[in-house]
Amino acid sequence: MIRVALIGLGKMGLSHLSMIRTHPDVELVGVCDTSKYLLDLLEKNTGVATYTDHKTMFQKANPEAVIVATPSQYHAGIVKDAIERGLHIFCEKPFCLDWSESEALASLAENKGLVNQIGYHYRFVGAFQEVKRLLDAGAIGTVSHVLAEAYGPVVLRPKGMSWRTQKAEGGGCLYDYAAHPVNLLNWLFGMPSAVGGTVMNSIFSKDTDDEVYSTIQYAGGGPSVQLSVNWSDESYRKMSVKLTIWGSAGRICADRQECQVYLRDPKETLSGYTKGWNVRYTTELTKPVWFYVRGEEYSAQLDYFVDCIKSASKINMNSFACAAQTDRVLAMMRDDAQASAAQLASAQK
Amino acid sequence: MDKLLFGDNQFFGVNHMSEEKARAQSMRFQDIQAVYDVLDAAHEDGIRTFMCTTHDRVEEICEHVRKDPERYRDYQFYPCMPYAHKYANAATEEGVLGALRKFTPQGGILSAAMRGGISLATKDIEGITTLLIDSEMKMFHGLKTPVIFLQNVVVDLLLGLGVHRAFRIFADHVRSRYHAEPGFITMNMPMLVNVLEELGIENPIVCSSINKIGFRMCGGIEAYERTLREHKFRAVAMSVLASGAIPPQEAIEWVCALPNVESIVFGASSRANIRSTKRLVDSFWPEGRNQPEMVTAQGSK
Repeated sequence: MIRVALIGLGKMGLSHLSMIRTHPDVELVGVCDTSKYLLDLLEKNTGVATYTDHKTMFQKANPEAVIVATPSQYHAGIVKDAIERGLHIFCEKPFCLDWSESEALASLAENKGLVNQIGYHYRFVGAFQEVKRLLDAGAIGTVSHVLAEAYGPVVLRPKGMSWRTQKAEGGGCLYDYAAHPVNLLNWLFGMPSAVGGTVMNSIFSKDTDDEVYSTIQYAGGGPSVQLSVNWSDESYRKMSVKLTIWGSAGRICADRQECQVYLRDPKETLSGYTKGWNVRYTTELTKPVWFYVRGEEYSAQLDYFVDCIKSASKINMNSFACAAQTDRVLAMMRDDAQASAAQLASAQK
Repeated sequence: MDKLLFGDNQFFGVNHMSEEKARAQSMRFQDIQAVYDVLDAAHEDGIRTFMCTTHDRVEEICEHVRKDPERYRDYQFYPCMPYAHKYANAATEEGVLGALRKFTPQGGILSAAMRGGISLATKDIEGITTLLIDSEMKMFHGLKTPVIFLQNVVVDLLLGLGVHRAFRIFADHVRSRYHAEPGFITMNMPMLVNVLEELGIENPIVCSSINKIGFRMCGGIEAYERTLREHKFRAVAMSVLASGAIPPQEAIEWVCALPNVESIVFGASSRANIRSTKRLVDSFWPEGRNQPEMVTAQGSK
């Protein structure tokens, strides 16, 4: 049994807690949050040991691994403490608001041989895993362009009280929403070379961005990417991430539910794929999980984390280093948007 | 319970197979009259139970049914609460406690407010739970709601967290205040049934995905079959077609052959689909069917 502790009882923390507690290889040894209210509620009803300070929890509960699901601005400090104590770490996304911190923590964790994973759950969605498999097999030839989209109904009114809508705390559409398609791009194509034409606009939020658009480019024959993200779109029932990928030998269009593939010249190595349109649905692409709360991918990523701890040789495909790339791209976009905004302002004068 | 219950996913843009299809359905049912037409088509074919989320638009449907008591005299609702996206979006916007505050009525019925005030102060989970149930049930006033379900996101979250007492509170409140049977929707049926048994919730109604390919059946098909055989509860099967991954005849034949399944909940957007589903279920589950004998559980009371 792996002794796991959890920090942060927000929306993500509660759902992680619910899944990890039932994992057959895990013993939950402690939960930490700043809200006494939630801690008391949990302690009273489940008997779990609760703490208001993570260092005290590390000492008293003596976990081997920790799940960090606090607001983003606290990730760096807590993760550093966890690394110093030699704990395996699963941390929510985005990793750190300053990408150089993300890189430093990534090498610290690697040097200590600790399992390190960030909660970019879209990498565990069957349809996106199929996209990765198809691209690795060269199914659509040379990829020239990608349209990466994310839309959903988060901020629909000019108000907001949580950290997610506070810029200084790592809120905003860029870090909350755009981070997901950007992370998928990092997974599929690596670190981009340049970003340009970035627009970060507020629609309702006073303090932060509600929509983000950008052109992302890869040097050396890599694809160009249009990124289009808006978290103030009520026409979506919930968050929807979609990738459309054009290649010299076909096109792939994927979201959480399905992977639609047009192939000009199907590869023999990809059994079942034929010339023209092919559709694979979530029902066939999704592997069973031990416990389901809100989507197999959330359970699958925690299972993968546990699996990496169990089999020391396994390399985490959702590591701190991968997430540091994402943090870096987000910073490039933020800088680019600021430069464009300054240019626009001076043109107006 | 009737052997066929009518579900509501198709009306509210929920489709587990395709976002495009979900959007097309949202457009088609934009006009609430289109929803009434499909419900009426089902009603005319003898399907008189609407198992529905406490979505804002269900309020309109309730009003429609209330207006014509003669026509809908046998009509009944199985509310499924809460409409989780409402809370999840609020939690993203305002935090977990902010979301709780948002949906606990401010003024309202005095007793409700009192219970809410006390519960938020004394951290009493019972007060919050019953308050939220009452607020979700308002839209069904004056209508028949013989079964009230707790939605899977909440059931499975509480199941995982280990806040099992909430199930007991839900069951007791639904029985005492609404004279209804408590129902639980879950993606983790074998685990939930064990917990409900331990809590002493007798013969609960449990709705879960049950399909031939094992889609969203955590614990695996074998554990599901064993639980159906060996435990005392009233099973409702959903996702029988696994979002269309299994041909209807094959899907329904398989589910109808399982022991102890009392009802099937299904969604359809056309009279033709309603009829063909009903025909299939009638053929595999004839009236007065003999349910395969249930083995007494070793683990059950």
